[in-house]
Amino acid sequence: MIAQLIEGVPRRALLLLGVLLAALSLAPLIAGDYLITVLILILYFAYIGQAWNIMMGFAGQLSLGHALYVGLGAYTAAALYVHFGIGPWFGLLVAVPVAALAGAFIGFLAFRFRVAGVYFAILTIAVAEFARVGFDHLAWTNASSGLFLPVSQYTHNDLWHLRGSPIMFYYILLVACVLAFIFCRALLQSRLGYFWRAIREDEEAARAAGIDTFYYKMIAVVTSAAMTAFAGVIYAFYYNNLFPEQVFGIQRSIEIILAPIVGGVGTLFGPILGAFLLTGLAETLTSALASLGIDLPGAKQVFYGICLLLVIMALPEGVWPWLSKRFGLKERNE
Amino acid sequence: MSALLAIDGVSKRFRGLVAVDRLSFEVPEGGIFAVIGPNGAGKTTLFNMIAGVFKPDGGTIAFAGERIDGFTPDKICRRGIGRTFQLVRPFQALSVEDNVIVGALLHRHRVDDARVHAKDVLRRLDLYDKRAQRASSLTLPDRKRLEVARALATDPKLLLLDEVMAGLRPTETDRIVAILRDLNRETGLTILLIEHVMRAVMALAGNILVLHHGAAIAQGAPAQVVQDRAVIDSYLGVEDVA
Repeated sequence: MIAQLIEGVPRRALLLLGVLLAALSLAPLIAGDYLITVLILILYFAYIGQAWNIMMGFAGQLSLGHALYVGLGAYTAAALYVHFGIGPWFGLLVAVPVAALAGAFIGFLAFRFRVAGVYFAILTIAVAEFARVGFDHLAWTNASSGLFLPVSQYTHNDLWHLRGSPIMFYYILLVACVLAFIFCRALLQSRLGYFWRAIREDEEAARAAGIDTFYYKMIAVVTSAAMTAFAGVIYAFYYNNLFPEQVFGIQRSIEIILAPIVGGVGTLFGPILGAFLLTGLAETLTSALASLGIDLPGAKQVFYGICLLLVIMALPEGVWPWLSKRFGLKERNE
Repeated sequence: MSALLAIDGVSKRFRGLVAVDRLSFEVPEGGIFAVIGPNGAGKTTLFNMIAGVFKPDGGTIAFAGERIDGFTPDKICRRGIGRTFQLVRPFQALSVEDNVIVGALLHRHRVDDARVHAKDVLRRLDLYDKRAQRASSLTLPDRKRLEVARALATDPKLLLLDEVMAGLRPTETDRIVAILRDLNRETGLTILLIEHVMRAVMALAGNILVLHHGAAIAQGAPAQVVQDRAVIDSYLGVEDVA
């Protein structure tokens, strides 16, 4: 099992991975509150980026509406908690299928009626927007006035109800990232992964090689949606408040795809590297500006824009493919 | 020999233009069958109907006794018909080996098994030494053979080849001809090829069908077909025969 997992990975990359994992595991011992919140954001985007990458990077289906799955996951778990006192882990059992169903709906519409490329991307935006407007009027989740989870001063970390310090969320997301990484690697090396990449490269040729493209694209969308919903549940219990505008907005969907694009679409390390680069640097910039007493609203967005431009112009495949080639970290199957 | 593929009265029209007109012929099992004809004769349309890209407007296509017209391309491939594309379509970003593994995975569920099979196929197609290269880095002759390798890896009973020699130099053509002849002889694979390169057709085919304006104007053994008056007039021309 473990031998299979690390097969084909250069020793140098394994070492790097080990060091990174150890550093992240020990980070809360020395990091202050602020740094922890930044690291939580990084892990959050690394995890969702990994999920989005299954659709776009593996199977070649561009989703610009991934906020939909975050939002559905978040709202489902939060509403179940607020209304029925159902804990987040049981909530997850409902939230994940709800998001997966939404993914299946979009996938069925698009793939059954041959909506592809740009039109598929627009469809994903449309459904996310539809959800935003819908939740804006859904009384059960408090419509546009927002759904709030009860917050009381916690005395200890309650993992079962996800009530606790940021450090608890940090570790949950760290574990999620590690599991997502292993899961995606296994996917990529499986029969499914081969079929996905074939579809990504040339759908007609894939079909001619006997691949039922409808079926395999559906699996990609549903898997990605289900994985993303977990991040939504964590989001809800970490922030304790949900507003349709903030959860389902197109800006949320765009944020999700930045890390994998900057890091490298279709690679396993891309989403992680991208999240570190973007969120890390943006937060550094924000705090540097703050310490200089400069107040520049929107500086972060401008920074994201510049990063994207630079990457698209200089390294269109992303930072990771370039980095891995340069430092001999390239994996055989990536 | 029994017919592996039976085309019966098949027609296809594109907005009034009749591309294939009530065409009937049979491809015997274990043979190499060539379809030739001038540009626009309907060869590729015929091919696309067999492979499931187009549904015929009329007539039936039967493979191994089962009607397959109207099936989707992936279903037809799973039934045992492998195809190549006239304009090659490799999975560019994947390695040569991974391209072939995709095909091999159709009837194999473990990637390791598929890799073993893919390597066998690559050896046959003279691509084994290039298996680690990205498909996008291959030259045209290599890509043409990769196209055949990927189709072959799906374990077809019938291989459809759409102008795999087009654009190749004579030495490259001879190389593919030799590979295909060996395949046919050693594995009993039935091959249906569309080809312009007469040199290859004459060397390979046991049976030739000449298509003109969507209809068959001649069919038979190569030596006999190239002497046919109608074929010379419509396609080969006088010099080619001499």
